[in-house]
Amino acid sequence: MLDVSELHLWRGERHVLKGLSLHLGAGQALQLLWPNGAGKTSLLRVVAGLLPSESGHISWSGQAVATDPLAYCRNLAYLGHDLALKGDLTVLENLRYSLGLRGGVTAAQLQAALQQNGLQAQGGELVRHLSAGQQRRVALARLALWQAQLWLLDEPVTNLDAAGQQLVASAIDAHLQAGGCALIATHQPLALGSPGNRLWRQPQEAA
Amino acid sequence: MTDSATAWSAAALVVQRDLRLAFRRPGEWLQPVAFFLIVTLLFPLALDPEPARLRALAPAALWVAALLASVLAVEFLFREDGRDGTLEQYALSGQSFAWLLLAKTLTHWLLTGLPLVVAAPLAALSLGAPATAMPGILAALLLGSLSLSLLGAVGAGLTLGVRRGGALLSLIVLPLAIPTLVFGARATDLAIRAEPMDGSLYLLAALAVLALTLAPLAAAAAVRISLE
Amino acid sequence: MNWVWFHRFGSPPYFYSVAGRIVPWLAWPATLLIIAGLYGGLVLAPPDYQQSDAARIMYVHVPAAYVGLMAYVVMALAAAIGLVWRLKVSHAVAAGCAPIGASFTAVCLVTGMLWGQPMWGTWWAWDPRLVSMLVLLFFYLGYLGLRGAIDDTARADRASAVLAVVGVVNVPIVHYSVVWWNSLHQGPSLLRKGGPAMPASMWVPLVLMIFGCTFYFYAVMLMRARAEVMRRERGGQWVRDLLIKGGENP
Repeated sequence: MLDVSELHLWRGERHVLKGLSLHLGAGQALQLLWPNGAGKTSLLRVVAGLLPSESGHISWSGQAVATDPLAYCRNLAYLGHDLALKGDLTVLENLRYSLGLRGGVTAAQLQAALQQNGLQAQGGELVRHLSAGQQRRVALARLALWQAQLWLLDEPVTNLDAAGQQLVASAIDAHLQAGGCALIATHQPLALGSPGNRLWRQPQEAA
Repeated sequence: MTDSATAWSAAALVVQRDLRLAFRRPGEWLQPVAFFLIVTLLFPLALDPEPARLRALAPAALWVAALLASVLAVEFLFREDGRDGTLEQYALSGQSFAWLLLAKTLTHWLLTGLPLVVAAPLAALSLGAPATAMPGILAALLLGSLSLSLLGAVGAGLTLGVRRGGALLSLIVLPLAIPTLVFGARATDLAIRAEPMDGSLYLLAALAVLALTLAPLAAAAAVRISLE
Repeated sequence: MNWVWFHRFGSPPYFYSVAGRIVPWLAWPATLLIIAGLYGGLVLAPPDYQQSDAARIMYVHVPAAYVGLMAYVVMALAAAIGLVWRLKVSHAVAAGCAPIGASFTAVCLVTGMLWGQPMWGTWWAWDPRLVSMLVLLFFYLGYLGLRGAIDDTARADRASAVLAVVGVVNVPIVHYSVVWWNSLHQGPSLLRKGGPAMPASMWVPLVLMIFGCTFYFYAVMLMRARAEVMRRERGGQWVRDLLIKGGENP
């Protein structure tokens, strides 16, 4: 589904990505376990379309991303270091506004998502009153609700306890089982049950 | 192809969200108006407040104050959303980024520019403008403040995340705002003298339309660059 | 149409060597034209019948205004090309234009003031052309300020490119608004170029100066652009080869 070929990227003076290629099919997850500074976040941002690369080709389902970037965006969900949650809005308000931009969501779906992430009591809370771990779980709930085929996750288990990490892993598993794919930058490997789970430890190795 | 119904509803959501956030933290939004009033107060204090002289000065004082207050306000147009990743998500939402930023800028104008327009009659009266001039002054400032907010958005996009970006923002936006200043002050002057001001208003409207169509595109390009 | 030549220009070593070859062809004519123009204007030409010797400042003021404006257009064009085709060399060219354009604009303003003082007893007058030049200087300062404030070169390139394009659209608008403003207030319209038709002894040195300053601009701009390209590519193999060979051009 996702094809990246010969990606070159410079950040300032550094040649961060040197002719990188990867392929992600349906139900596959690729975990980037590269050392710090090797370009995990940059790669995710290039695939998301936030960062233009000097050269290289990205295509989704056989079609080059450049031909219809907006359609491509609707197929992906990006969760970066910044969670894009407004502290002065409640959990439900945050979810509703974010999901409204990508197509609607029903109250039932919202409740189900909160339930699944252990946040059913926090629906009406202002996000700035939640702990870092709870905020991350709100972001996770939003991620599933986005219903995107490609997940781009930048260190999704930061600030999460064991239970939280398990939630992330099951959410990704469910996503993969439904035919989605995921590109994940992480420090420690996530215990995913899916057979399509691959680990990529050094950028120089092939994917 | 973006479904146009979804585009309007997306814009409506952006507006609603920003309005709701503004009402939960109203302090920030009162600053530009307060600044505007203080600056207009400074002019008579710096001069001998002889009525005829003040009246002659009124257009300049109103517009310079409006310009400065606008630049002050536009500094926080994208700041928070840039910091917490919301702008990134807008860029990835599958909606036209320029369209969403336009919605955001117009909301910002509603919260910072419109209060200036409302406060302007007070300031103008204190500078000796006759009451008959008010409709003209309001119209001119309405159009002018709109242009200023839109131009400011371009500057805000370019300086997003730049440290000490405030002074740089002023340096970028103020030269761009000169035509608005020239035509706006002229329109206000004509209004005060009870002379027909159509020509100037049309010119102000033309600038506003130009800004409305082009500024969001430039701002979107600028913000994308800042998000890299 | 074969666009290969266009993309070859985008290659830093190619640009470096071609620009290096062009520079002498611009620099020498520039020197000669400027010397000829200055001699013709400051020494040979008769004093203006109205303004006597003070009008000679026009031989510096007018070319400076012309180059200041042209530099902004060239800068905006290079910036736009860099943005659309993602050519780093183009961005380096834009970066090279800015300081030169700003300096010429400043020279234009200072000489404008020096012209005004003996003529009208005032160091500054709100002539629309002078005011437009002043605003142009602020556009340059904004551009240079933005470039300087952003550390990452690629981002600085692109952000300042957007600003340059926005500026080039606005410069005519600002100019016309200032002219309109001036027409309302009937300010002193100074700097009327020479009054009645200028004799050849006056306009020939002026044209020489304009050409000379234009050549000078392009020569210095290319030198700056080359230096900028080399600075950015200093980690590259071709730069290392160049330094080892010790030559001027690869």
